[in-house]
Amino acid sequence: MIEFEQVSKRYDGDHTALKQVNFQLARGELAFLTGHSGAGKSTLLKLIMLMERPSAGRVVVGGQLLNTLPKRQVPYIRRHIGVVFQNHQLLFDRSVFDNVAMPLEVMGTPAGDIGRRVRAALDKVGLLSKEKMNPIQLSGGEQQRVGIARAVVNKPPVLLADEPTGNLDPALSADIMRLFEQFSQVGVTVLIASHDIALIDNMQRRTLTLADGRLVSEGGVS
Amino acid sequence: MNKAPPKPRGANRSRAPFRQAFESYLGHHRRVARDSARRMLQAPVASLMTWTVMGVALALPVGLLLLLTSLQGVSAGWESAARVTLYLAEEVTVDQADGLRLDIAMRPEVAEVELIDKTQALAEFRSGSGLDDALDFLNDNPLPHTLLVTPTDRVRSELAMQGLLGTLEDIRGVSRVQVDLGWLQRLKAITEVLGRGVWALAALLALAVILVIGNTIRLAIENRRDEILVAKLVGGTDAFVRRPFLYTGIWFGLGGGLVAFVLLQLTLWWLSGPVERLADLYGSQFVLTGLSFQGNLVLLMVAIGFGWLGAWLAVKRHLVAIEPG
Repeated sequence: MIEFEQVSKRYDGDHTALKQVNFQLARGELAFLTGHSGAGKSTLLKLIMLMERPSAGRVVVGGQLLNTLPKRQVPYIRRHIGVVFQNHQLLFDRSVFDNVAMPLEVMGTPAGDIGRRVRAALDKVGLLSKEKMNPIQLSGGEQQRVGIARAVVNKPPVLLADEPTGNLDPALSADIMRLFEQFSQVGVTVLIASHDIALIDNMQRRTLTLADGRLVSEGGVS
Repeated sequence: MNKAPPKPRGANRSRAPFRQAFESYLGHHRRVARDSARRMLQAPVASLMTWTVMGVALALPVGLLLLLTSLQGVSAGWESAARVTLYLAEEVTVDQADGLRLDIAMRPEVAEVELIDKTQALAEFRSGSGLDDALDFLNDNPLPHTLLVTPTDRVRSELAMQGLLGTLEDIRGVSRVQVDLGWLQRLKAITEVLGRGVWALAALLALAVILVIGNTIRLAIENRRDEILVAKLVGGTDAFVRRPFLYTGIWFGLGGGLVAFVLLQLTLWWLSGPVERLADLYGSQFVLTGLSFQGNLVLLMVAIGFGWLGAWLAVKRHLVAIEPG
């Protein structure tokens, strides 16, 4: 589903964020991406969601080579990639429902389907009763779950998460991880960037480890 | 709404998604249009100020153009009434002059010819000038016989007038032809200059309107930065992100057009009394005409067009700068 082949990313001023990274993630696979700050975790995720383009190598997502993808095609690729952010990027000028509905709105989903699918996603993360509230009224863990509902509402084949448990206590973090596991069980490829070693160890999943832009381990269970 | 009987499913399947997509697209437009209007009305004072700026900038050139058009109507009327004065040579007798009068009156482009013989002219001059005593010192009448020629309406244009003057000058016994074209040409030149001035002013104000809208939209874009980022992250196309701002521009344009309409109506109403009195005093049929129904419609469409254009320019310039990453 996700394929990196000799991928390097160099920013202006000689800073090389990624060096010849190779890995593949299969459909329905759940993997962690870890490494110290500045090791290139964010850059790797940005390459997948087309916020950056590689300087060298090939990035393939869902069979689509992203390197040469024209700019106006970018939105259509992004519709197939759900993203959960550490700061969850929720909009506080609208309800939980409207936040979750955004990916469907941009796809032009009929209004009736939007209601049904948003409620299904909110139900999945256990927030169905709070659809009319403003996200600002919710706790940190709940806000993160709204972000997850928004990332999966249009059933994308790929789900990326950048430090999704960064601000949460261990119990809440475990809840969130269970959600991600459920998505991978229904065939979603999930890649979670995190430096929460305890949590990762606990999950017993494949872990990609970056150090200074190089993939130093892509083995199974760390 | 859908009266057609249910079609067999197989044949309908390829069409249904397209139609559904189209309906959902229209629905999205409706929602965005409504939402943009709602946002604008949430800040009524700021919106009203933008509308008023637009309204004034639109009403000013339109009002001046209306005034100018009315003025041109008046000068056209005067032009047709222009009269040509033929001063005959001194040796021409009264009988010869009358013969000339008949000759000229036969011409198709001449409506009427009046003969003023020299005695009559002197009498008129005597009573009109107040130089009574001075004229007594003259031994004989220095004035020539005069023919007053009124052209027909066919000689309305300047070119035709010049042609007529040429032929009249060539008639034997005519020493000088004088026509009050000079001031007509001056009036025409003045209205032409004014016309160009108004158009230049209109162009400048149009630019101002577009910039005002552009700036308003720029602020709206800044205010909704987070929303734009999220929309782009979840796969919103540029058209999707642009749409609410273009609608905002359209609403601002519509509001500005309506304000311009109200301002024009108020001004016309306020001026109509004094203008009528003035026209009465001069015995003129000058009427200050307002915009026709179509004219008002065009005004609104132009205002909406400017609003859209201003928004489009702002969006074009500022939206690309907001990119996740």
